[in-house]
Amino acid sequence: MYTLTSKLKIFAIVLMVLGAILTVAGFLTVPSDEDIEHMVANHGIEHHEGEHYNKVGEDHETMVHGSESHPMNSVHGDNHHGDEAHHGSDTDVEHVTHQVHNRPWSAVYVAAFFFFMIGLGALVFLALQKAAQAGWSVVLFRVMEGISAYILPGGIIMFILLLLASFHITHIFHWMDPEVIDPSNPHYDELIAGKTGFLNVPFFLARAAAFLIGWNLYRWNIRKFSLKQDEEPKDNVWYKKGFKHSAMFLVFFLVTESIMAWDWIMSFDPHWFSTLFAWYILAGMMVTAITTIAIVTIFLKNCGYLEYVNDSHIHDLAKFMFGFSVFWTYLWFSQFMLIWYSNVPEEVTYFVTRIEDYNLVFFGMVAINFLLPVLILMNSDFKRRNWFVVTAGLFIIIGHYLDIYVAVMPATVGKSWFIGLPEIGAFLLFGGLFILTVFYTLTKAPLSVKEDPYLGESKHFHY
Amino acid sequence: MATHKIHALYADDDVLLRAVKLIKEQKYHIEEVFCPFPVHGLEKAMGIADTRLAINAFLYGLVGLSVATVMMNYIMIEDWPQNIGGKPSFSYLQNMPAFVPIMFELTVFFAAHLMVITFYLRSRLWPFKKAENPDVRTTDDHFLMEIDAYGEDIDSITKFIYDTGATEISLIDNKDDH
Repeated sequence: MYTLTSKLKIFAIVLMVLGAILTVAGFLTVPSDEDIEHMVANHGIEHHEGEHYNKVGEDHETMVHGSESHPMNSVHGDNHHGDEAHHGSDTDVEHVTHQVHNRPWSAVYVAAFFFFMIGLGALVFLALQKAAQAGWSVVLFRVMEGISAYILPGGIIMFILLLLASFHITHIFHWMDPEVIDPSNPHYDELIAGKTGFLNVPFFLARAAAFLIGWNLYRWNIRKFSLKQDEEPKDNVWYKKGFKHSAMFLVFFLVTESIMAWDWIMSFDPHWFSTLFAWYILAGMMVTAITTIAIVTIFLKNCGYLEYVNDSHIHDLAKFMFGFSVFWTYLWFSQFMLIWYSNVPEEVTYFVTRIEDYNLVFFGMVAINFLLPVLILMNSDFKRRNWFVVTAGLFIIIGHYLDIYVAVMPATVGKSWFIGLPEIGAFLLFGGLFILTVFYTLTKAPLSVKEDPYLGESKHFHY
Repeated sequence: MATHKIHALYADDDVLLRAVKLIKEQKYHIEEVFCPFPVHGLEKAMGIADTRLAINAFLYGLVGLSVATVMMNYIMIEDWPQNIGGKPSFSYLQNMPAFVPIMFELTVFFAAHLMVITFYLRSRLWPFKKAENPDVRTTDDHFLMEIDAYGEDIDSITKFIYDTGATEISLIDNKDDH
């Protein structure tokens, strides 16, 4: 049995408290509307100077903010931010004000989703191992169960954030604004109005609730089956049940994950769509989750738990980290290159905003998520060294946080982004909660399953 | 030169693996082992150094990447930078996404093919090569171990090999040193 050390508990609580303080500070330091007005007024001069230059090529303001009839990447109240509008300081001020107000909420949302997706990815990895009847990973099942325990608190937090947005307490989802689907309103947006069959608040919340219930139900069942199998291993009844549930969950998950990616991430840009987006989110989810599994395993192993875990298990996890990093990059590039190549205006705005306003984060994130894991984890010997795996793992975790960050932020805060108090605060806050939940769950059951048909194979796994 | 070799035949890979370990312990020199299929752990038991083919492949891959980059940069950017469908051909970086498929494929192509050719060269394999097979049964279901008997007491080494489970032992006069 694993016991939660007070050191780790205090560490996690410190992270949470520190994170909470920074997050609250982030909310409190949102500049007042007068300050923003002042800021924008100063910037307005630069806008006019840049105008002549822009006229030579394509009007890059148009590319960024969208044309009059098809505003792209807009935040609440941004709809009529057309060409002529951006000189009018009133609209500009309104525009920037919304971005600035969105920032702490978006920071919370990004961190909450990031840690939730780690839990969910670990659950999917567990289901994959069970359904594939993998022989190597049985000794790691309890670690995966522990990490996936976060989907209950994390899922509740996600749902609360979606509720807050739905009840207009936060304005991070532009399409939720009732003004944009009201034809008589000057902010009417025909494109969003055309999507209300799918993007409407009740259906959106119902979907989110159904998905969260479905995923948590599987996690609750698989944990129960795993514990029951240890108690009454006769005829492997619980093992077989777990196998069937895992197979069914994977089917359910792949459908729901697609829709979740459209709802929770892609709908931040309600004018934009991409068909492989859900796969792309899935790949990021899997690689981060496997990395977390590897890091938690190494941590527990170094603390003297997990007696059956050997270098070969770490090696296999590192191979998965390597493989999924490449897979993620493949999907990232496929999405980027197809859109870049064809350069269709309604698709390309997504990347134009990211390249113009988030250049370093956007491309730096790709380098961190691809080059570093590939170079560090290519060597077979390095994959067996704990500190190499942990180093690569930290890069992957930071890189995929930035990945979610650049997926969400350009649509909610646009140019007014910065990685400061609310971003770091929210990351620490949910990181602390994640550590606390995961390690608390690990104390609840022995760290290795006792009865599993493949346990012997896993104990003697050698690569 | 060495005058005597012993060919010991084994019928089972487990027996063979154990025999290799026992014979290594006695410091007899195993020249070669012929197997009909890969036996896991044999190279470890024999103490053969790890292959460096993977390192080769990595370097070949870098060569392929460089070839692709230099080629596309010369053709598309430097030599004749045409406007083809509005793609920006002002610098390599600007038009890079379009070149990535080529860069990827050439990396894989160089890594794979040059590694295979390296493998053939190092293993001395080519179409009209004369097979170096001491006993045809080793391609079907027997394992043959070739032990250097030079300077050893033939009787005692034969007895020892027999005890390790060999089904057939023959003393070979080494006429042609290969």
